[in-house]
Amino acid sequence: MSVTLDERAIKSGVNDAGAVVSLHDLRVFYGNFLAVTGVTFDVPKHQITALIGPSGCGKSTVLRCINRMNDLIPGARVEGQILYHGQDICSDQVDPVEVRRHIGMVFQKPNPFPKSIYENIAWGAKINGITGNMDELVERSLRQAALWDEVKDKLQESGLALSGGQQQRLCIARTLAINPDVILMDEPASALDPISTLKIEDLMRELERQYTIVVVTHNLQQAARVSDQTIFFSLDEHRHGVLVEAGRTRDMFTNPRDQRTEDYITGRFG
Amino acid sequence: MTREHYGQELNDLRSSVVAMASMVDKAVNNAVVALVQRDVAIAQQVVADDRAINEHRWRTEEQALLVIATQAPMAKDLRMIAAVIHIVTDLERMADHAAGIAKIALQTADQSPLKPLVDIPRMSEIARSMLHDAITAFIEDDEASARAIVSRDDMVDALYEQIYRELLTFMLADPTTIDQATHLLWVAHNLERIADRVTNICERVVFAATGQLEELAVSTY
Repeated sequence: MSVTLDERAIKSGVNDAGAVVSLHDLRVFYGNFLAVTGVTFDVPKHQITALIGPSGCGKSTVLRCINRMNDLIPGARVEGQILYHGQDICSDQVDPVEVRRHIGMVFQKPNPFPKSIYENIAWGAKINGITGNMDELVERSLRQAALWDEVKDKLQESGLALSGGQQQRLCIARTLAINPDVILMDEPASALDPISTLKIEDLMRELERQYTIVVVTHNLQQAARVSDQTIFFSLDEHRHGVLVEAGRTRDMFTNPRDQRTEDYITGRFG
Repeated sequence: MTREHYGQELNDLRSSVVAMASMVDKAVNNAVVALVQRDVAIAQQVVADDRAINEHRWRTEEQALLVIATQAPMAKDLRMIAAVIHIVTDLERMADHAAGIAKIALQTADQSPLKPLVDIPRMSEIARSMLHDAITAFIEDDEASARAIVSRDDMVDALYEQIYRELLTFMLADPTTIDQATHLLWVAHNLERIADRVTNICERVVFAATGQLEELAVSTY
């Protein structure tokens, strides 16, 4: 029997206790390999949470658990709990497609549909059951993604004709069109030039007023610039990903508690 | 180990602080020697050397800003660099006080001493040992030692108080001594301020080590 997400709880935040998403003792396996273990942290509402750490430590794996994208990887198995507005979304009885309507994702490489700018927004909204004035929805989404002024006169042109930074903002607009609650971003600016990167960061700061954002980034300065909370992952002696330290970004980058965090953010390896 | 060049830049900053502290220590010592021995040449050298100390301060600050701009230091590294910027400011002000003492030595060199100078050299000795220990604590990232130094400021304050009362007595007994006594009071005041600046340095050492900013001592004056 499938379980529907509690829309009233999502809208009211009654089960949140300040955290929209809570991970409890999350463990992720790829086949028999334990990729990441013992992950427990909260994602506060209307804040940006950054996941940082060296390559292979499990931060993207954890991110993909939050919207059940790991379901698409053969052999991937998740243990533990992820509470979304108090409801465990790791359960087999929860429809992952429904989860992804509420928890959107932006990927490292911009991936607009091979459609017009307009249809990039409208098509996704329509197949997710959103009706009403599409012109208004497209404009609103593009404005929220700080892209409207650049594309308003060429909405029928292909989304693929935009620059990399514009394509990424188009993907963000596409995500916003289906009115998510949480936006996951997996290294959203790593393929972009410095100016586009800063525009994406400014956009994230704007978006956090209405949405809750979790971002994976290799760019420590970016994590320091945009996030409110930082979660540091590393590898233990068995090469399993582990959560080392979680805290306010201002504290993590000026006075981390764990020596491993200090070593990572100051670049001391060896 | 990664970031060797960056590590060397941080070490260079620390070395800059040590070098500047050594210059300041020499200035304070020589200023008081010039006063006690009524040595014009030594006093003039202290005044002239103040310029080099100022330039060292600016160079160290530029060095620190360059590391911040180019290396994006974080955590303890960032705190240490912030501490360096404040410490060289305090050292530069200490050197100004030493130059002030040297100028008084120049003004009073041709006067017969009002009294043998005992407490003023003692103040200088304590302040200089505080500075030495504070810079050692900075290099060794030693919070406990930095905190322990601060209590010696009370000894400097007590000597200042003693000097003030003694000079007041002189001035009340004989108004012709007011000019000389006032000069000695300014010397004592400069030394008292030097010791206070060392407590500021100790606060920055504690900050660099722990990330906590706190006032370790409240100046009596």
